[in-house]
Amino acid sequence: MTNLLAAATIPDAITFAVAAVICVVGALGVVLARNPVHSALMLVMTLFGVAVLFVEENAQFLAAVQVIVYAGAIVVLFLFVIMLLGVDRKEAIERDPLPAQRPLAIAVGILGLVEVLLLARGQWPAGARSVSGALGSPGDNVSLIGKSVFTTYLLAFEVTSALLVVAVVGAVVLARRPRHGQGDRGAPEGAVVAPEDASDGPEATGPEPSGPQAIEGEPAGAMTDDDLAGEVMPSDGELADSEVTGS
Amino acid sequence: MSIAASWYLTLAALLFTIGAIGLLVRRNVLVMFMCVELMLNAANLTFVTFARRLNDIAGQTAVFFVLVVAAAEVVVGLGIIVSIYRRRLGATADDIHGLKG
Repeated sequence: MTNLLAAATIPDAITFAVAAVICVVGALGVVLARNPVHSALMLVMTLFGVAVLFVEENAQFLAAVQVIVYAGAIVVLFLFVIMLLGVDRKEAIERDPLPAQRPLAIAVGILGLVEVLLLARGQWPAGARSVSGALGSPGDNVSLIGKSVFTTYLLAFEVTSALLVVAVVGAVVLARRPRHGQGDRGAPEGAVVAPEDASDGPEATGPEPSGPQAIEGEPAGAMTDDDLAGEVMPSDGELADSEVTGS
Repeated sequence: MSIAASWYLTLAALLFTIGAIGLLVRRNVLVMFMCVELMLNAANLTFVTFARRLNDIAGQTAVFFVLVVAAAEVVVGLGIIVSIYRRRLGATADDIHGLKG
């Protein structure tokens, strides 16, 4: 690896170092924070650091999109879900059913990092030059990306729009409040499971096949329905935001 | 001139490793999702670095598509998490074993 200042000016090196430290500290904070809200805020920090690095690498449009879409839409969506579900009050790490998994995961991760760094020492394989245009051709960054997206990658762009529509429909279907009492599909299964559930007690954690069915009936009268019905709106609005800014 | 590409790639590898370790270690589904976002960002950084190094706009276009797909993925994933939490409170990754044989 070459020296940091080998071909760089002092401001570039300082910018890179500061942004890199911000990225790494934020990433560590995402993993190490106990509270999911703190994890989300640390994720914002990392995203800003990556945006600074994008600017440093002449990707101004992507830096703006990174801040708007990631920090502005995706992390806000995370925070909405965290707040609405009330996960932020909970400690989630303590009970570890697989005791060997944590050191093993860390060992595997560090091994992968070392492997990547060793493999990347020499020349990077670059492959063939693509046809979508040089970075240094006339025009600014936005027009270059626009030309590339709307000519070379037009099919991928259209497929992306279809993907966004599918995601909107999926989010609505997944977050929709289930109807009470109605449902031609769930009725016979519930009828089969119901006596077994009653004989088993309210918790019914033991038998596996009746577990999901027994729990399914539980939140029908629970208090979370109104909260979750309200959740449909922000998730839709956020997706619409990211769709507008992203495409 | 700006910083050599190897520094950016090293940083991206570090970010990816942190995200992967977090995905394996953490039990909260939302935090696991955030670790996936970290890994996506590391890949984006690699794309942009190679776009600069090879003098080719296609890397930045790929990042554009990754951003869109990440937005769609987060929306669907959070919808799944919301519907899981609606059925049972306190769903860490270990509680979701309904399909375990």
